Amino acid sequence: MELAEIGIKFALVAIIFGISLVVAMYSTYAERKIAAFFQDRVGPNRAGPFGILQPLADGAKMFLKEEIIPTNATPFLFIVGPSLAILTACIASAVIPWGQNVVIAGKTIPLQVTDINVGILYIFGVVSLGVYGVMIGGWASNNKYSLLGAIRAASQNISYEISMGLSIIALLLVTGTLSLGEIAQQQHGWHWNVIYQPVGFILFLICAFAETNRTPFDLPECETELVGGYHTEYSSMKLGFYLFAEYINMFISSAVMVTLYWGSYNYPGMDFMNELLGTTWGPLFGFAVMFFKVLLFIFFFMWVRWTIPRFRYDQLMDLGWKVLIPLAIANIVVTAVVITFLK
Amino acid sequence: MESLSNKKKVLEVKPLNFWERAYLPAIAKGLSITMGHFFKKPVTIQYPEQKREFSENYRGLHSLKRDENGKERCTACGLCALSCPAEAITMTAAERQKGEEHLYREEKYAAVYEINMLRCIFCGLCEEACPKEAIYLDGDIVQSDYLRKDFIYGKDKLVEAPLNQ
Repeated sequence: MELAEIGIKFALVAIIFGISLVVAMYSTYAERKIAAFFQDRVGPNRAGPFGILQPLADGAKMFLKEEIIPTNATPFLFIVGPSLAILTACIASAVIPWGQNVVIAGKTIPLQVTDINVGILYIFGVVSLGVYGVMIGGWASNNKYSLLGAIRAASQNISYEISMGLSIIALLLVTGTLSLGEIAQQQHGWHWNVIYQPVGFILFLICAFAETNRTPFDLPECETELVGGYHTEYSSMKLGFYLFAEYINMFISSAVMVTLYWGSYNYPGMDFMNELLGTTWGPLFGFAVMFFKVLLFIFFFMWVRWTIPRFRYDQLMDLGWKVLIPLAIANIVVTAVVITFLK
Repeated sequence: MESLSNKKKVLEVKPLNFWERAYLPAIAKGLSITMGHFFKKPVTIQYPEQKREFSENYRGLHSLKRDENGKERCTACGLCALSCPAEAITMTAAERQKGEEHLYREEKYAAVYEINMLRCIFCGLCEEACPKEAIYLDGDIVQSDYLRKDFIYGKDKLVEAPLNQ
């Protein structure tokens, strides 16, 4: 029994790991295609039908490129940087609830690797670790552009983590729990948290853009100013890991946003569907719904990238410290007052 | 100061109002604009498969014409080579022998006729200079190649296909 459970957990981990890698892989393709559509172009269409094999070609190219470690770089840290970036990107998905419990052959399987009671804090911790990958890589490159990119990444992440945390506190006042599994259960049907916390969601969304270094907050790697930012000196699959980590981060932060604010695997009329489809396919349909929401968010990330130009550095800091943090604090106060008087 | 042209326009720099400072409405507007482009038809012409139509007076690859009986029109007078500002055309004349009347229209013809496509500037002066209406720039784009020598096109590539084929 014990052994079977461990086996199931391992299978679940492997599936989630595989899904996030495939999603990240095809995000690169989707990004290029979507960019093309937004710019009235066609996009990659030579590798396979509609260019569907493009990520494989890119991956093969990445692996076959020459691996260069600059003479003045710190070799150990130079390798640790991208490894840490991809590691932290991959482990964040452990606490995300992907669906209700599935019953297969009389066995109840939770679609969540682990439901620790401080799930949000865990995600916060892992996400803030992610900046170390960028910082170490940029510093170890011994290149001024890399260093500037790394410094920008560090200061940006620190500034925006504060307002991200504050926007979550308001959410916690509503939900009363830190466990992501419970937060997901509470949003049964249409009781999505975004209805109760619209301002908190917008704050969280903006901070998520900053945390994942996506446009308009892509200052750590802006090509026009810093060559390539923190990964200027990287080549081969180490560069691939950095780029991959960015897309996995995007996937995970989309999943976190869906879990926290957009009802996770819940959808209106889910009780009816669960009765209709049974205890195996019902929850799996819920998973499909959640996955669809996550893909929508990934699309939104890309949509914004091809719409809004990059912030200037001082504007970035202004927005983070002078707008988002006061707004988040005001949100907490209003939420607290409303909850106190309504309950 | 009085403006000389009276075209000067003084812009009033108004401070942004609250909604403009809030960024988000402007961002939403921008997003709707890009979404409009998302569903537009791409303007791309996928070149090797699709080709853009040339205009009527487009000057492309040269072709050496034949007359209505399928004889080569060129008499190797050299006027095209003389008119060529890029000096891209060279030729060697030869005399028509007995029994070759069905091949060449006049007694003299070009045994070798070469155009260096790397020198040619596609100005069309050879076309204008030709008294026999033998050369026209009515072809396609010149294909890319690897070696310089392959860009010197001889009669095998320039002369029109015979009539009976």
